[in-house]
Amino acid sequence: MTINWLQIKQKIEVLFNNVSTGPAQAREPGSSSSFWVMVKKEIGDHIRSWRFGILIGIIILACVGSIYSAVTAIRDGTLDKTGNGESFLFLRMFTLTSSSLAVPSFATFLSWLGPLLGIALGFDAVNSERNKGTLGRLLSQPIYRDDFIIAKFISSLFLIFIVVFSLGFLVMGLSLLTIGYPPSPEEFCRIVLFLVIAVIYIGFWLNLSILFSIRFRQAATSALSSIAVWLFFTIFYGMIIGMINSATAVSSTQPDPAAQLRQMNLILTLNRLSPTELFSETITTMLSPGIRTLGPLTMDQLVGAIASPLPLGQSVILVWPQLTGLIAATIICFGISYALFMRQEIRARA
Amino acid sequence: MKTIHTQTNSVSSNGMISGTPSGMPVIELTKLTKKYGEHIAVDRLDLNIAKGEIFGLLGPNGAGKTTTILMMLGLTEPTDGQAKICGHDPAREALQVKRKVGYLPDDVGFYEDRTALDNLVYTARLNGLPQSESTERAFSLLERTGLAASAGKKVGAFSRGMRQRLGLADVLIKNPEVIILDEPTLGIDPEGVRELLELISSLSRDEGLTVLLSSHHLHQVQQICDRVGLFVKGRLIAAGDIPSLSKALNEDGLIQIEVGTAHWTDQLVHRLSELEGVQTISRNNEILTVVCDRDLTPKIAEIVIGEEAELTYLRRKEYGLDDIYHRYFEREG
Repeated sequence: MTINWLQIKQKIEVLFNNVSTGPAQAREPGSSSSFWVMVKKEIGDHIRSWRFGILIGIIILACVGSIYSAVTAIRDGTLDKTGNGESFLFLRMFTLTSSSLAVPSFATFLSWLGPLLGIALGFDAVNSERNKGTLGRLLSQPIYRDDFIIAKFISSLFLIFIVVFSLGFLVMGLSLLTIGYPPSPEEFCRIVLFLVIAVIYIGFWLNLSILFSIRFRQAATSALSSIAVWLFFTIFYGMIIGMINSATAVSSTQPDPAAQLRQMNLILTLNRLSPTELFSETITTMLSPGIRTLGPLTMDQLVGAIASPLPLGQSVILVWPQLTGLIAATIICFGISYALFMRQEIRARA
Repeated sequence: MKTIHTQTNSVSSNGMISGTPSGMPVIELTKLTKKYGEHIAVDRLDLNIAKGEIFGLLGPNGAGKTTTILMMLGLTEPTDGQAKICGHDPAREALQVKRKVGYLPDDVGFYEDRTALDNLVYTARLNGLPQSESTERAFSLLERTGLAASAGKKVGAFSRGMRQRLGLADVLIKNPEVIILDEPTLGIDPEGVRELLELISSLSRDEGLTVLLSSHHLHQVQQICDRVGLFVKGRLIAAGDIPSLSKALNEDGLIQIEVGTAHWTDQLVHRLSELEGVQTISRNNEILTVVCDRDLTPKIAEIVIGEEAELTYLRRKEYGLDDIYHRYFEREG
């Protein structure tokens, strides 16, 4: 019996050793310092790059433009027509657009330019190092491979965080100056949550572009692939869904509410496969407390409901699935990049 | 052709072509194999390299030299077999190996928009050195590699030779026990090559560094390596110091002597062929090659001078790396 036990124990140990091959070895103390050295260097590189400067310029212009548009809209009195926005005037600064000016709101701008920022920071993260021959040199230093891509991700995400939050607070500050009306604590929380969601959303695009930069050896290929995916989701996906919608549409004259509801839910589910859609649903809910549901609502459900804005907690519960979806998409992208990168052969210039 | 000069100080030249030097091996490869699909890049490679040795890995392009090096560093996984560097397995304990091994890739890249100093300090910081010590070490290495004047210049403006020297500084900044240089002399002018090789051999001598050098330039390897390994189609077909490789090639024990005179006469050729031990004689313009079973160099000289034929050239031919290379290739087909 004892011999048997010993054998089993040995087998388990062998199994363990096999499992721990490669990156799964125990972390050594001191490896975290080199991780932060990498993060610091990456941030430095981004900040010094032209690309980052240009993007920031565009985004700041967009932000100023959107505030101007919102202020114009408030002056024009668009607000009075919408009625219930009165209690959340400050939030309107993020969503309101002037009918006379063709400038979209800050939230729309962010959902348009945010992905571009993410893609720009990530599309050449790994392949440029590979093409410059620095990857081989870097990975022959005592650092973990996963630290390398995590450093790439963290440094860019940190920059995105800084950019998004400084822009968000800039808009808040300018709004304070222009309308002279302070935000309530709830409004402030909603704005901060909106900014956090925006960071997650941009983080998704960052991760996707890092994934492409690992997969494709040429920076141009990876940039084009990322932009193609982005265009697909922002423009074509909606068109495709529209087509499916008209093809499967149930005649409205036909008195079968169940069938109509089924078709509606199908379209909604398809729509929600797109991260862009998930993001827009989340931020509209966060920034417009009046939104009570993101799906179809029957008259039955509305009976007895008091027409009032949702409290913050309820809004968060409403968008929780969407938020989870966004985070999951980000993590899936990161997981794939991780798996790809860990097994990849590092040649000097291949 | 110049005579062969080899250093056999730390290695016993026992004349064997087995590739087992004396002393504790720092690099131990056992049956190391790498396959890319059907293609076998490295085929059951066995190799030991002792501490303080300069080992030259010689082979044509695509022989599997770089793949072997990548496996030693854990940058790619071996299909089969094992590597041990300083007692660590690079596939499992990559970090320990990388801490002790400096690697200079064949086409080393730097962050072009950063200065030489920045690049070196970054590497030092990744190796866990504190900022002040990193800068200090970086400066002293730039001094040593002759780049002190360009410390503040961006690497983008560096020439190929400067990059290679910076690469060497980059390898040394972590205080390695072993340095692996993949084609270090590629694309550098002859003077630069000479300087680089001198630097490498002085490093090995002064600091007891073990050096593994891969190259397809025979002469350069010949200049500084204690031992060489011939690597063809993923297999190490021979390893040893150059005299022993040469001896092993020359199995029939015949000696070739090349003689040159200003005027060849039939009588002279005849007298030479009459010598005891001469097997064949062949003439190519000024140079006559005498193949004999013993060393007849002094006798040949005597005869030529006796005939008053103005001896211009006399050399007992030994196998240089060139010949070794060719002979082995011929044999391997």
